[in-house]
Amino acid sequence: MAVPKVCGIETEYGVVLRGAADANPVLASSMLINGYVEHHKVGWDFEDESPGRDARGSLREGAQPPEIETHLVNTVLTNGARYYVDHAHPEYSTPECADALELVVADKAGERVLARSMLAARRLLEPGQEVVVYKNNSDGKGNSYGTHENYLVDRAVPFANLVRHLLPWFVTRQVFTGGGKVGSENGAAPVDFQLSQRADFFEEEVGLETTLKRPIVNTRDEPHADPQLYRRLHVIAGDANLCEVATFLKVGTTAIVLAMIEDDFFEAAAGAGGRKDYSIVGPVPAMRTVSHDTTCKATVELSDGARMSAVEVQWEYLRLAQKYADETGLALCGGELVGGDVLRRWEAVLTALETDPSTLDGQLDWVTKLALLDAYAQRDGLSWGDPKVALLDLQYHDVRPDRSLYERLVRAGKVERLTTEEEVVAATTEAPVSTRAWFRGGCLARWPEAVVAANWDSIILDVGGDPLKRIPMMEPLRGTKAHVEHLFDTVATPAELVARLSS
Amino acid sequence: MPEQQRKQRSTPKERVEETDEVTTAPSERGEKLKGELDDLLDEIDEVLEENAEDFVKSYVQKGGQ
Repeated sequence: MAVPKVCGIETEYGVVLRGAADANPVLASSMLINGYVEHHKVGWDFEDESPGRDARGSLREGAQPPEIETHLVNTVLTNGARYYVDHAHPEYSTPECADALELVVADKAGERVLARSMLAARRLLEPGQEVVVYKNNSDGKGNSYGTHENYLVDRAVPFANLVRHLLPWFVTRQVFTGGGKVGSENGAAPVDFQLSQRADFFEEEVGLETTLKRPIVNTRDEPHADPQLYRRLHVIAGDANLCEVATFLKVGTTAIVLAMIEDDFFEAAAGAGGRKDYSIVGPVPAMRTVSHDTTCKATVELSDGARMSAVEVQWEYLRLAQKYADETGLALCGGELVGGDVLRRWEAVLTALETDPSTLDGQLDWVTKLALLDAYAQRDGLSWGDPKVALLDLQYHDVRPDRSLYERLVRAGKVERLTTEEEVVAATTEAPVSTRAWFRGGCLARWPEAVVAANWDSIILDVGGDPLKRIPMMEPLRGTKAHVEHLFDTVATPAELVARLSS
Repeated sequence: MPEQQRKQRSTPKERVEETDEVTTAPSERGEKLKGELDDLLDEIDEVLEENAEDFVKSYVQKGGQ
């Protein structure tokens, strides 16, 4: 049965240290975090980390948590986010959010944290040096780094059901989630421009890996919550988005699809004469087929022999989602306000993709970037292979506000926003109100020195004298503002907090 | 961010109605849009990194997740 779609996004940013002979990316990433967090850095509690655990039921021998291999600098922020160095990239993991709109705000706040970090890092650098970060997923030379979504899922759902309905989902949602990319990589057929930054890098259908032989459906089984009740679906088949509408749709639609899978809604619809599933023949090459076609007309073969375009498959998922909303409601997916808006925008975007994708300029990243590159190339008579076109692609994702081409488009009023800058700035320090992130962030804001370590599902406090106290937070929807604001207001010290919680 | 940018663009139908309200003739409107685009591209020229070829070549990342 469907559970509330608590969600978050982890982004590995591209990073360069300019003006230095030895441009070590780990060092550059560390400087961002050290510059941003001047005083107390909160440790990460690795107690419950098990990235080698496979959702299909095994624990890979010798699998070391990648975080342990590479964790160098780590901190947790008062907004509940984790900010650290991972695999030679600065990584920002948003706090847990209750719906897609809250997550759009938290994700955008991450960009602002990185922008401030770049300024702060200058204090640690030699004159003439600068750390610059990019919110993209590829260097254009065959190296990719991820933007991962996470969703809370009912443990009782057989993983095979998730795989069956998510493979076609991840292949076809690229038509609105793509970040846009010039050229192809990793042995893919040559192309001028494609929808997705990541599509060329998927080599398996299902698997545990995240850094090589990347699978479309990742099986990492680390719930970061009560493992009897929950899974955390770790989605690695997505692009970093700058357009807020794209992030909103990516998260909002996936949340609804997951709820439908949990409620066996596909099977119920099949009983009423619909398709049992939308399994695609060869989903790995289909990722590329969809990504490499900017007209969105290319078709893929379904296991029942039918040929459908990605947009057509999306229409089928949307029709089911509308029916699901009518019959079950969207209370677990952001309610009518957010979930309802997701459905309306999803429909509008599919309609536009079918008639004229270019009308989505300012809503979807790949369309917005393509329009910009087209206009620029036309003015200067450039070919797709021109380095200047590649530079425009890269600099679209520059996180420095004065250099970011995306930001130029925002300032020119050409991009639709779903947030206000005020709420984004507030979200750089304040946690979302409706998940346990509020408790984590609240402890850090009140007693930074007492927080020895934290992770997603616990926090360790030094209350003086006694052994350290570990407060478990296994339920993502406990520890919300509504739950703990009064408690915070009535205790003066972390010791009092612990005493009250254990009484 | 100015309020009007938050305004919801919902269905394409509504967007068509919106443009119908503009009183300028289509050709003038086209000119104006083109002028805006030219300005934007000029602005982008000012912030683009120099030596596109070297810059793009030097952007090499270690693979991540």
